[in-house]
Amino acid sequence: MTITVYVPCDTTALSLGADRVAQELLNAAATLNLDIHLVRNGSRGLFWLEPLVEVQTPYGRMAYGPVEPGQVDELVAAGLFEGHPDHPLYLGDITQHPYLQQQQRLTFARIGITDPVCIEDYIAHGGFAGLKKAAALTPQGIVDEVKTSGLRGRGGAAFPAGIKWQTVLDEPHGQQKYVVCNADEGDSGTFADRLVMECDPYMLIEGMVIAGLAVGAALGFIYVRSEYLLSKNMLEEAIRRAEAQGYLGDNVCGNGRKFRLEVRLGAGAYICGEETSLLESLEGKRGLVRSKPPLPAIKGLFGQPTVVNNVLSLAAVPYIMAHGGKAYADYGMGRSLGTLPIQLAGNIKQGGLIELAFGVTLRKILEEFGGGSFSGRPMKAVQVGGPLMAYMPESQWDTPMDYEAFAALGAGIGHGGVVVFDDTVDMGEQARFAMEFCAVESCGKCTPCRIGSVRGVEVIDRIRAGENQSSNLELLEDLCETMVDGSLCAMGGMTPFPVQSVMNYFPEDLMASPRPVEA
Amino acid sequence: MHMSENANHSAAVTTLPEDWSPDIIRQQVAALQHEPGALLPILHAIQNRIGYVPEGAVPIIAEMLQQSRADIHGVISFYHHFRTRPAGSNLLEVCRAEACQARGGRAFERHVQEKLGVDYHQTTADNEFTLEPVYCLGNCACGPSIRINNETIGRMTPQKFDQLADKLTTSVLQLK
Repeated sequence: MTITVYVPCDTTALSLGADRVAQELLNAAATLNLDIHLVRNGSRGLFWLEPLVEVQTPYGRMAYGPVEPGQVDELVAAGLFEGHPDHPLYLGDITQHPYLQQQQRLTFARIGITDPVCIEDYIAHGGFAGLKKAAALTPQGIVDEVKTSGLRGRGGAAFPAGIKWQTVLDEPHGQQKYVVCNADEGDSGTFADRLVMECDPYMLIEGMVIAGLAVGAALGFIYVRSEYLLSKNMLEEAIRRAEAQGYLGDNVCGNGRKFRLEVRLGAGAYICGEETSLLESLEGKRGLVRSKPPLPAIKGLFGQPTVVNNVLSLAAVPYIMAHGGKAYADYGMGRSLGTLPIQLAGNIKQGGLIELAFGVTLRKILEEFGGGSFSGRPMKAVQVGGPLMAYMPESQWDTPMDYEAFAALGAGIGHGGVVVFDDTVDMGEQARFAMEFCAVESCGKCTPCRIGSVRGVEVIDRIRAGENQSSNLELLEDLCETMVDGSLCAMGGMTPFPVQSVMNYFPEDLMASPRPVEA
Repeated sequence: MHMSENANHSAAVTTLPEDWSPDIIRQQVAALQHEPGALLPILHAIQNRIGYVPEGAVPIIAEMLQQSRADIHGVISFYHHFRTRPAGSNLLEVCRAEACQARGGRAFERHVQEKLGVDYHQTTADNEFTLEPVYCLGNCACGPSIRINNETIGRMTPQKFDQLADKLTTSVLQLK
């Protein structure tokens, strides 16, 4: 009898030796003369357990993890191929794990379960049901469903997706329109886009085809950052297979409409995650941000009406179409509807992907899911939403994760990344890094961002060196204000947020001299 | 031999290294130049083929795309990913971003620099390693992370790095 064994193939599992573990399993099976079927599934997003090996048994998929290279023989001797529980790495039926049981995985319902590029697997787990429904609707019918869902852009700006689609739909017909997927996931602490592309790429393809049908676009681009080569490869393989099966091409789902998809690689520029900079880059230019208006929905790629959505926004669409916008909107709170894929990272014991309805508190994420800091030391600050967002002190951790509630604190949810720091962090250094990062990554088009970030580093250095602290603090405040009010885009406009949060909540670190970093 | 047929480029041709020729550049451009927004795909193709984008490629690309040399140079210099000189035998990228910082990334960066004796954007004297910063590899729950020749490795420690560096340099020596 063939034994099915699963070893994930996403970047995190690979970064911890999953390929070697897979090879060792094949070797062990060969030695024992066992017939095994090795599936390279996606990751379930429980990263502290990677590489997570699963074995199909009559009672479910029994898991072991984290399995390091070199541990396989010992696991096999303990009965791994039979799903035997007699080993400390045995985790039992992984679907019963509290980390998964407590989640509401609508978008990420399939990750870790399926072979990412196996289209039959995708269909067997509900894939393309949304597209089939959409193909039977009018463009306006699709847009209305997305509006009903309340979906807001998951890239960080939280703009209502349905309204953006409506704008592109309302542009005169008969002209070239585009759907562009922003897969330039540059924020530190985020990896949900990567998980979609590496672990369930057909979901993104399906979302983009639906967007194309909705707005009347026949061509889509996925702009993937160059750091995500594996994502690019997975997508290209999935696109090739989807074309072969008629989900992409000249006759999508047999309804006579055209939609083609192309993957384009970025080139290591954080700013290209900003939508207008991304469009410039796709056009083959320097990634300089454009002034808005005109909105990309009206004059986007090559001057044509363009939907630019983040991976997670587009990935939410198949569920919305399959189950109805109302079913999605039943999750969440206030004007933050549906689910948020939270990415728990940094100094945390149990980091990974946590998809939950909006409204959960940060503390619950940190304590119940995360299990506290990785180092075991007290947690001191949490940066939610990427390098352009505020550092939140413990007094703010009971805030529900909701766009408006976070904005009221001067914080933001951004793309849903949560980076945890323990009490050894030097927050003055974090403030300096925010400015330094902006200086490295600014596109240079506007002065507040290009020059302000360099001056920001200098002023922080002077404060930390004890030079005229009060007047330099005043200068830093003034500089932050200028950048917020005067920058062309979010890069310069939000870089001050982490700095201001350090000034407000961790002033003692900013005033103290830098702590030495020892190698 | 890398003899150019185009008289405009003959001055550059005399100093061409052996790793590229104008024909190689022309081939890469010709394969992609009709795509919309072709320049980034072209630059990627050249760098994938040769390992970097030689300065001598700029006039060739410019002519074929009917853009100015300044346009092409401007795009190459804008993006951190494109290099105009060959990297060392191993391209090592160390993540400098916040999630890795939270896991001791700063001390790890320092260790790597001390071990290799170079700063960012530099190549070791023996040409084994080119060290570059990277701002996030998307492996943020398992930092500090590095990428070595396109392979991402998580949960790095100074010891793990030393072993890796030794392994990479020894294996190269064995080939000689």
